[in-house]
Formats: sequence, C-alpha cells, structure tokens
Amino acid sequence: MASQVDALYIYLLLVSGIMTAVIFLAVAILAIKYRRVPGRDAHPIEGSMILEIGWTVLPFFVMLTFFVWGAVLFFQERTPPADATEVYVVAKQWMWKIEHMEGQREINELHVPTGENIKLIMTSQDVIHSFFIPAFRVKQDVLPGRYTTLWFKATKPGTYHLFCAEYCGTNHSGMGGDIVVMEPQDYAQWMAGGPALPLQDTGRALFAQLGCATCHRSDAQGRGPSLVGVYNSQVQLEDGRNVTADDNYLRESILDPSAKIVKGFNPVMNSFQGIVSEEQLNALVAYVKSLSEPPTGTAGLQDQPAPSPAQPQKAQVQ
Amino acid sequence: MASTAIPANQAPVAPKLNYLNNGHTLKSWLLTTDHKRIAILYLISVSAFFFLGGFFAMLIRLELLTPEGDLLAADTYNKVFTMHGIVMVFFFLVPVVPAILGNFLIPLMVGAKDLAFPRINLLSWYLYVIGGILFLHCMLNGGVDTGWTFYTPYSTSASNTNVVEAGLAIFIAGFSSIFTGLNFIVTVHRMRAPGLTWDRLPLFVWSNYATSVVMILGTPVIAITMVLVIAERTLHLGIFDPRLGGDPVLFQHLFWFYSHPAVYIMILPSMGVISELVACFSRKRVFGYKFVALSSVAIAIFGFLVWAHHLFVAGISLYAAMVFSFLSFIVGVPSAVKVFNWTATLYKGSVSFATPMLYAFGFIGLFTIGGLTGLILATIGIDVHVTDTYFVVAHFHYVMVGGVLMGYLGGLHFWWPKISGRMYPEGWAKLSALFVFVGFNLTFFPQFILGYVGMPRRYWQYPPEFQVLNVLSTAGASVLAVGYLLPMIYLLWSLRYGPIAEANPWGAAGLEWQTTSPPPTFNFDETPVVTWEAYNYDEIPAPKELEAPVAR
Amino acid sequence: MEHEAHNPALVHQFSDEKQQKNAASLGMWLFLVTEIMFFGGMFCAYLIYRLTYFNAFAAGSQQLNIWLGATNTAVLIVSSVTVVLAVKAAEAGKRKLLVGYLVVTVLLGMTFLVIKGFEYKEKFEKHHVPGSTFNFTEKFDDNGKQIPVNSKEAELFFSLYFVMTGMHAIHMIIGCVLFTGLAILAWKGHYTSSYFTPIENGGLYWHLVDIIWIYLFPLLYLISRHS
Repeated sequence: MASQVDALYIYLLLVSGIMTAVIFLAVAILAIKYRRVPGRDAHPIEGSMILEIGWTVLPFFVMLTFFVWGAVLFFQERTPPADATEVYVVAKQWMWKIEHMEGQREINELHVPTGENIKLIMTSQDVIHSFFIPAFRVKQDVLPGRYTTLWFKATKPGTYHLFCAEYCGTNHSGMGGDIVVMEPQDYAQWMAGGPALPLQDTGRALFAQLGCATCHRSDAQGRGPSLVGVYNSQVQLEDGRNVTADDNYLRESILDPSAKIVKGFNPVMNSFQGIVSEEQLNALVAYVKSLSEPPTGTAGLQDQPAPSPAQPQKAQVQ
Repeated sequence: MASTAIPANQAPVAPKLNYLNNGHTLKSWLLTTDHKRIAILYLISVSAFFFLGGFFAMLIRLELLTPEGDLLAADTYNKVFTMHGIVMVFFFLVPVVPAILGNFLIPLMVGAKDLAFPRINLLSWYLYVIGGILFLHCMLNGGVDTGWTFYTPYSTSASNTNVVEAGLAIFIAGFSSIFTGLNFIVTVHRMRAPGLTWDRLPLFVWSNYATSVVMILGTPVIAITMVLVIAERTLHLGIFDPRLGGDPVLFQHLFWFYSHPAVYIMILPSMGVISELVACFSRKRVFGYKFVALSSVAIAIFGFLVWAHHLFVAGISLYAAMVFSFLSFIVGVPSAVKVFNWTATLYKGSVSFATPMLYAFGFIGLFTIGGLTGLILATIGIDVHVTDTYFVVAHFHYVMVGGVLMGYLGGLHFWWPKISGRMYPEGWAKLSALFVFVGFNLTFFPQFILGYVGMPRRYWQYPPEFQVLNVLSTAGASVLAVGYLLPMIYLLWSLRYGPIAEANPWGAAGLEWQTTSPPPTFNFDETPVVTWEAYNYDEIPAPKELEAPVAR
Repeated sequence: MEHEAHNPALVHQFSDEKQQKNAASLGMWLFLVTEIMFFGGMFCAYLIYRLTYFNAFAAGSQQLNIWLGATNTAVLIVSSVTVVLAVKAAEAGKRKLLVGYLVVTVLLGMTFLVIKGFEYKEKFEKHHVPGSTFNFTEKFDDNGKQIPVNSKEAELFFSLYFVMTGMHAIHMIIGCVLFTGLAILAWKGHYTSSYFTPIENGGLYWHLVDIIWIYLFPLLYLISRHS
C-alpha cells in the first residue's frame, strides 16, 4: 500500500513539476522576448476563446486523473480486509495504549507480524489525537466518544515511527512510539512471553461482573436482546430504522442504550458511561463480537455464566 | 476614445492640499471618515500585527533548529505557534489587501468621493483595533495554546489557557471584516462613476467584490462558532463534548465552513493586484479580461463547497470525502485559468521589470507551486499520508506568503507613489524582492520534503533525522526576515527623502492615476465620466523612464 | 468644489438622495444576510442533533411552555405590524403617529423579553438549565407511550434552546435600544416624508429578528405536539 501511495505521489509530482516548469519558462521567455524596447509598442490583444476553453478543460481532465486515482487508493486505504487481525488502541494525553486480542498490552509500542492484515480499532479517552505511521503512509484521527479504524499490512521487519498527528496539548510532540514489525515466528515468540488473558475473556468476565448476562441471555428469554450473532448483523429498531450492529453500535449500546432500542424491547437498560473505562469497553465489545464467531470448542453459547447475584458489582474505573 | 489622464512626464509638483496634510491633529486622524486615511490607519495597525506574527515565527524557527525542545518550554512553544497562526490569519492575512489597498483604491477606481458608508469604515477599523487589543491582552495574560484552529474538545474542556478571550478577539475582528465587505459591495453596486459599467471595472475591483461576498457570507459562521466554543467553555454545555452527547467533529465542520472560504478572502484581493501589475508592466489589457473577472466569482462560489477537505481523516464517511475531494479539484480550475491569462498577457506586450512586476512574477511562480500542492492535498489517497504534516504547512505558506504577501508587497510598491506622494528607492526595493523570493523558497520548500518523510506539524521536538531540513528552513527564514525589514526601512525613509512622485509615474490605466499623488480628500475635482474600456494602454503613452526616480 | 443646495440629510459621498437611499437599503439587506448566516450556524447544529437525538429533543420540547411561546410569537407579529405602520407614518410625514408606533413597538419588544424572562425562570425552577443543576427525568410522550430519554441528550436540547433563544433575545434588546433611539430622533423631527431611511432600515432589522423567532418557535416548541 505504501508503494502505491508513493507511485501516485510521483505521478502528482511529475505533473506538478511539468506544470510549474511550463509556467516558469513561459513567463521567463515571454518577459524577455517582449521586454520593453523603445519604439516597439505592446499589441493590444483581447483574448482567445479557444485558449480559454483549452486551458480550462485540459487541466480539468488532468485533475480528474488525480481525483480518480486518489479516490480508488483512498477506498482501499479505508476498507480493511475482512480477515484482518484486530488490535484495540486507546489514546490519551499523552500516550498510546494498545491491547491485542490475545491480551497483550503495550504502551507506545505496537508489535505486529509481517504479512498479516492488521486493523486498529481506536478511540480516545480525552481529546482528539491521530495515529500516524509515516513508513506505512497511514493516518487516522482518534476521537473521543467513538471508534475509528485504520488498517495496514507490514511487509518488512523493522522498527518504524509512530506519531500523534493531531495537536493535543503540552506533550503532543512527545506522544510518539514505535511500530515493531517482526517475522511471524519472532512475533509468536514475543506473544508467548508474559501472561495475558485474551481480550474477549476479560470481556466475558466483565459481562458477568456487571450483570449484563441477567438481561442479555442467550436463550432470548431476558429483558434484553440476545447478543449471540449480533455483531455485523442487521438490527431492526423500535422507531423503524434498520441499522448494522458494527463496532460503534456495540459501543453506543453500552454507553447510551436509549439511543437505539431494538424492536420488541423496552428502554430499561441503564448507561454505563463513567462506569467502565475505555479499555473495559473494548474488552466488552471484543467479547460480544466473539459471540458471532463460529464456536470453537467451548467458546460461545455454552459459556453463558450462571445467573449473577442480585447485586451486580460495579467494575473499577481505571 | 482618449482618457482624460494627466499626461506622464510632466514635472511633478506635490499638490498643496491633499488627504495627508488636510488636518494635522490626532483627532483628524482618529475620527476621520476619509477612506484613504482609514487605509493608512489600517496600514499601521496591520503592519504592527504582521511583525508580531513574524516575531512568533522567528521563535518557532529558532526552536526547530534542534530536535530537542531546548529553547522554549513545550507549553510556551504551543502558545507561540497558536498565536502565530491567530495573528497571521485573523489580524494580517484577512485584512491586509482589502483593508489597506482596497479601502484606499476602490473609491478612486470607481470614480467616487468615498466608500458608501465612511463612518462604518471607521467603525470597522476600531473593531479591528479593539479585537487586536483584546488579543494582545490575552497574549500578555498567558496566551492561548489550542492552535489557531481551536479543535474541540481540547479547546472547550482540556486547555487551561485564555481560549475565551482569544475567541472574543476573533469574534470582534470578524465584524471588522464583515463591515468592510458590506461597504465594498454597496460602493461597487451603487457608486460607480457615469459610464463605468461592470465590464469596464478594473480587475482589482472585481476581485475585491468577490472577496466581499465571501466576507459577508462566511465570517458570521466563524462568529457563531466562536460564540458556541465560548458558551461551551464557560457554561459547560455539551455541544462539542462527546461525554455530554456532543460531537467534536461538528466543530470542525462549522469552523472550516468559514475558514476555508477565508483563504479565498485572503488570496482573491492579491490576485486582483497581480492583474493590475501585469497589465501595467506589459502595457496591455489583461488577456481574457472577462474570464479573469468571472474566475474571481467562481472561486468565491466554489470556495464555499470544499470545506471538508480539511476533515479527510477526521472521521467523515468515505463518500463525503470523495465528494469534497472532487469539489476541491473544481475550485482549482479558475485559479489556474487566472495564471494562464496573466502569463498570456505578457505575449506581445512591452514588459518592464520594476519592483511591482518582480513581485508579480514571484506571485505567479509561487502561487502555481502552492496551488498545485493544494491539488496534491485534494487527492485523498495522498492526503491521508501528508495531512497534519509539514507538507500542509508548506502548502499554505506557499499560497499565503508566496501568494498573498507577494501580491500585497507588489501592490504596496505600485501604489506607494499614489498613497504617499513619494517614490521608493528602486534599487533597494529590487534587492528586498530578491531576498524575499530566495528566503521564502529556502524556508518553505524543505518543508514539503519534511512533510512527506513524516514530520507532523505543531511539533516542539522531533526525531533527529529531520534536523537538516529544519536547519535549512530556519536559514531561509533569516533571509526572508531581512527581505521584510528592508521595505519597512526604505518606505519610511521615502516619506521624507524619497523623490516626489507625479500623478501617474507608471503611465498606468485606472481612475486612481487621474488624480494627484497623493489625492485630495475628496479624490476628484470633478466626477469623472468614463468612456473608455479598462486597461486602455493603447491610448496611454508610456512614461519615458519607468524605473528611475522622477526628479523634483 | 460646487455645493448646490441639497437636502441636509444628503452626505457628501453621494451625488443625490436616491443614490444614498439605495445604498443604505442595499447595505441593510447585506447586513441582514450576515445575520441569517450567523443564526444559520446554530440552526445547523440544532438540525443535526435533533435528527440524531430525536426522542430526547422531543421530550425537552414538550417541557417548554407552549402558551408563553405562542403568546410571544403573537406579540412579535403585532410588533412587526406596528413597525410597518411606523414606516407608513414616516412616509406620510406624520411625526406624532410615527413616534407613537415606534414607542409601541419598543413596548411590545419589552413585553416579549419579560415573557421570555418568565420562561427562563420556569426552566430554572424545573432544573432544566444546563450545568450542575440540570436534572431531567421527564419522558417523551409519543402519542401516549412514555419513552424515557437520555438525560445528557436532553441537556443538549436545552443548551441549544438557551443559546438560540438567548442570542435572539440579545438581538431583541439591540432592537429595542435601536428603536428607542429612532423614537427620540423622530420626536426631535429628524425624519420627514422625504427622508426616513433609518426608519425603513431599522424596520428591516426588526422584521428579521421577528422572522428568526418565527423559525425558532416551531423548531424548539413544537416537536411532536400532536394533540
């Protein structure tokens, strides 16, 4: 992808360079050729319709090539492959907190293997930041209150700069880090080092702890809709709208449940804003997403915890 | 049909009573309603702010000589680049050509005694000054560190600097802009001299007219946006705060809805200056006059349709991004048309190289580069990589400094004899122009490269591999600074010691050259009746010596 | 420079009264355009949030005092009539009538502000003022069905309500001051049947502020009021 960006850039530079050279040369040549000489007056010339049309239409078509190539490239940049490995990113003043699905956590560093599509699901705890990897030619603003995504596939092992690219206060320029790209076997080794609970397991535990399972039963007998298979499905709402249950939908459902009520249910769920941290939110979302994967072994349906005690404990906000 | 121009080459005599010596008291200046005096008031205050903004720029470039943050504290640096932006955008670039050259020239160019609303014109200056003083107070009280773009929620919840005061200063200065634009529109519509039809107007008037339309439609939106930011910050509302249900990206839409057209407010008047310069120093009508005039209007209209190209990676949808990318290319077309027409004007002309023309050449070259890099930014696939980096910084400095400022300097020199009654020293002026051109390119060209290799903007410290390019940039800035200081010195010098200028030292077309240098308070002894086309250079004899100062 | 005898109201930059009047008129209309753009930003924000948080906005709207709002609308419409009548009186050269209508307009404007004051007081008492005292427990009455809403979203409604009506009220105050000034000048005899441009232009301003309210009222007060 980076090389495609560079290819387009070189094309743009070339065209711009030619255009600049044409103008510079035209001005220089005309100015010198028609410099003021006593006895030679200027020729009054009104204009030329042909030229006007020509130099309006021709640049327009050249610009169209810029636009089309850029739009196609942008479409690819913004469309993560379906099989991409997800990594959660939480930005805050002034650091990057990374959570791999397998549970590894990193601060200001992101380890990834070569040859794998990586999709970052990002949010901010406070102000707007921006995740920028110059070497991969990718950038995406990270916003508070919602998820934004960015994807890439690293091809060469090495360490690459990570920068924050949206001004966010005192230490904006210090909010950098490293993207560490490793060969798959080295990456697997790194992954294995250190205890880690897969993100969706953290989420499962929270799901029980916070009492979510009381209403969101997998047998659809609860006061809330079953969450099995909900991720990326079409959901019919009370007010008639049909929405896709994507990452932002799941996140919103936890923080602002009354925004979208599923058809056939009542708005009884309280909001968890301020009760769960961004990391806990990511874990819960990861868990609900896992309920849409085909069951491998004991994951999925059978893992519904026993009905929780009458008083659900509130999780600590980190 | 011959114009009633005062023939060139007549021995110049300073007019006994002109707008400059018509009243010497402070009151006669501070309570003036003469558009020419108000233009001088603006010249003084805008120049002061330019040097303040330049001082901040110097601090930025000095800090960036080394990768570490070793000159200023991080917070201080953040305030410095914020205030550099606010001062340069709101207190320099927006008013510089319209409020100085526009105010001075438009009534003259349309053959009127003054603008339509002289007292509102004076009010406009006072609003500028009040906004300016408020900003200075904000600065002395600790400044503001949000970036000139005030993105939320940083500006509404996280920053602990004087956001409210800065916002208020911008709000007030915005009304200065609105009233200037309102005045220009009414003047051009209702006060043209008999015979001066729209298609006989100088292109400088066309540009300022288009600019004024943008001013009155766009500026109120930044006003309300600043009001909302102030309200949110002081009353803790939640309009832009996601924790309270608000949307931080909504701020960006509202902000850029004005701030993009604002850049056309800045460039259009300068483009108008270039049209005048190229015509005069080629001694022929601008090629494709109608197309250049209509391009100004097209830029003004399309300028309102492209704002979200500042939000390509901000979280807008794929499809919105594509629409705004396409529209951003469209808005580039009329600018290109202008550049081609100016170039074509040189063909079969009689080209001379006085300082104003050198600035015009500089503008054409640098604006071309700036504009083309704008197209690069409009290409979304590339923008993802270069947005929020020094590439953008380089782009906008090319169009703002290489464009707006060069146009202003060219115009200031061109009309200096008319404004002051004196000629500036041509040798020093040419030297300064050279310093500006070389210094500018050395400062900002390396920044294109810096941006592409990944240096983000608004960085106090940076990885060491970026140092060489930063050092080049700072070196260029030192040269550029000399290029700006020199005119300050020799223009002031010329007020006292410069050769007295005749009414039309350049042998230029345009009603402003048909009155004395400087003009009398009421501009014309008799209302002119226009029976000739614009840029009737075939009827105006060229001055014998275009460049040598005219002796007393 | 020649100075023919002319209407003392003619200012030097214009060649005749017609040009001056046309210029003043055009200038005023342009100013009104800027006001529309100014309020437009707020209307835009309101529109977006209302679409996103419809239920909460409807619930908030239903809590506004529709009777006070409607009364205020009527007050403003009547005041626009008195403005028209004032202009007509000026045109006819009837000084006392002109002053009378101007004064009535100001009184109506003040009535509007007083009623608004009562409304704001009511909001304060019900804890609907955004900020630390905000407390919204009311539901959205959707044709009998009571739908609970997110308190933060309702707070957003009230934030926009106060900013929009507050900004409108500021413009009303400016209008009242302006018209008081016009009334005083009219009383002193500044306006004749051949020169009453400030009355006309002041009238345009008042009409615009009135029209903005005509939009504000249904947008803010009449969301989902079926029965």
